[in-house]
Amino acid sequence: MPLDLICPAGSLVSLKAAIDHGADAVYMGFRDNTNARAFPGLNFDEAQAAEGLRYAHERGRRVLLALNTYPQPDTWSRWTGAVDRAAKLGMDAVILADAGLMRYAVKQHPQLRLHLSVQGSATSYEAVNFYREHFGIQRAVLPRVLSLPQVENVVQHTDVEIELFGFGGLCVMVEGRCLLSSYCTGESPNTAGVCSPAKAVQWTDTPAGLESRLNGVLLDRYGRDEKAGYPTLCKGRFEVGGETYYAIEEPTSLNTLDLLPEMLKIGIAAIKIEGRQRSPAYVAQVTKVWRAAIDSVKKNADGFKPAPAWQAELNKLSEGQSHTLGAYHRPWK
Amino acid sequence: MNLSLGPLLYYWSRDDVLAFYDEAKNWAVARVYLGESVCSRRHLLRLSDWLALAEQLAAAGKEVVLSSQTLIESESDLKTLRRIVGDGRFRVEANEWGAVRLLSEAGVPFVAGPTLNVYNHETLDVLAGLGAQRWLPPVEMSRATLAALLERAPAAIETEVFAYGKLPLAYSARCFTARHYNLPKDDCQFRCLDHPDGLALATREGAPFLTLNGIQTQSAGVYSLIGELPALRELDVASLRLSPQSRHMVRVVETFQAALAGETGAAEKLVRVMPGPAVDGYWHGRAGLEHSTEKHA
Repeated sequence: MPLDLICPAGSLVSLKAAIDHGADAVYMGFRDNTNARAFPGLNFDEAQAAEGLRYAHERGRRVLLALNTYPQPDTWSRWTGAVDRAAKLGMDAVILADAGLMRYAVKQHPQLRLHLSVQGSATSYEAVNFYREHFGIQRAVLPRVLSLPQVENVVQHTDVEIELFGFGGLCVMVEGRCLLSSYCTGESPNTAGVCSPAKAVQWTDTPAGLESRLNGVLLDRYGRDEKAGYPTLCKGRFEVGGETYYAIEEPTSLNTLDLLPEMLKIGIAAIKIEGRQRSPAYVAQVTKVWRAAIDSVKKNADGFKPAPAWQAELNKLSEGQSHTLGAYHRPWK
Repeated sequence: MNLSLGPLLYYWSRDDVLAFYDEAKNWAVARVYLGESVCSRRHLLRLSDWLALAEQLAAAGKEVVLSSQTLIESESDLKTLRRIVGDGRFRVEANEWGAVRLLSEAGVPFVAGPTLNVYNHETLDVLAGLGAQRWLPPVEMSRATLAALLERAPAAIETEVFAYGKLPLAYSARCFTARHYNLPKDDCQFRCLDHPDGLALATREGAPFLTLNGIQTQSAGVYSLIGELPALRELDVASLRLSPQSRHMVRVVETFQAALAGETGAAEKLVRVMPGPAVDGYWHGRAGLEHSTEKHA
């Protein structure tokens, strides 16, 4: 089916919220650094994963397991163990980034469906087809760096289903190719499954304003009337050439609702909602809006117009309460 | 252990590039990586110019490797990649997996670049099986992880380590240099030319933090493993990559060469020609911006 709605499940409650509000599939991680949202209190142990699978399968939906960090040499077996558990549990697919781990999965569990994670940084059909030929991947999630015509070019030159990010936090860097977090804190998404980890965050109220620091590095300073956001490294204000501004990216979210007709037309298989770290209420609201929007565009692509109520609802949930079409819309670049 | 001159990551005038590599012919580097690996808009040297330069450096006795573009976005990027692979005269450094596909299909040996994300021995083994004869770990990899990886690694592959220069940390669809000048990327007016060592980004309290280099973000700190030569030798690292900077590159090469020959005091000498504060946290398994001697002092 085109435009499957893939929603985040950071917990069993979120998983049920997503399924109840119309997700075609959810994605989750195990409770360790084998996935790129290795946050305290988040994710699933084996029993919870089994319960989540049961809940989803009873309702005809699917569960995907993110194993999308890069395995480390001395703890290699943690990642292969996770692949084994995924197969045993009956996951509908595993989302992998590492070529070595894919080789293991294909060899040990040839029936297990493989998706290439966004962390695999594949931005061309040559790269996507590499993973297809060598490991038989069925789907690839593209980094949030291509314009829609560039995405279309990928779709036209591969048999692999293409999944795009539709809504949520916006990585301005190529996923899997960003080490800013480890440069500042020692931990990056690739190895530790975290970006700008909470344990490195420090808030200080100073006469100059509220300061956010990451491992001691000043990321921003907020005036009394400014709303302070989570100090994600690339969304801080810095000095370049004597000017202080959001030198990398504003604290804004991705929202591609407007692009749904085009995504349908070019043959996008699935839309991913970011946010396994968000609350079950957030997941429920976002899923509900996107379910309605996708149903609407499938019914009548030419006449599709995002309902003002959907946009208002999503704006309320967005980081910094503003959103962007990101790289899909070329002028953003 | 020998020295490699990494690909030029900045955008310099044509004259400056040609003068730089003309000098490099006489430097004590075994290997020179050439080509535009950061931004496809940079065009003062076309691929044919890089290939001509490659011939000259090869004639001067250097092993030449062509570095492929790290972020491939368009069909025209792929066209350039196919020409690099198809040329066949020189070895190619694959900086993303599309290049790996083309090189392995062509059946030629290649270098697996630092952005292929080889974090473990299994992935290295996959690449070795496809024809990689040399590889570079991600720049964030620590000595301990590299040691653990190499213990289990396939035998017939050479390891090269990024050992000097501002660290390439991230790649984006967005150009941060153009953004600084309020210009769209498609009409960037090639402002990178004004910043031969990148555009400095500091925190709001003036601490150097990062370097903007078009679509690439680098560290402000200059990574240096010149004090780690015994550890690198113990790991049987074949080559050290020195990343080009606009001034004093000859001194950087000479200082590393002297250190390899056993001269002491090289680290202090190197600091004088660095375009930023020294950092080496990654090598020690810590935040990249840290420096070991400062920590211990």
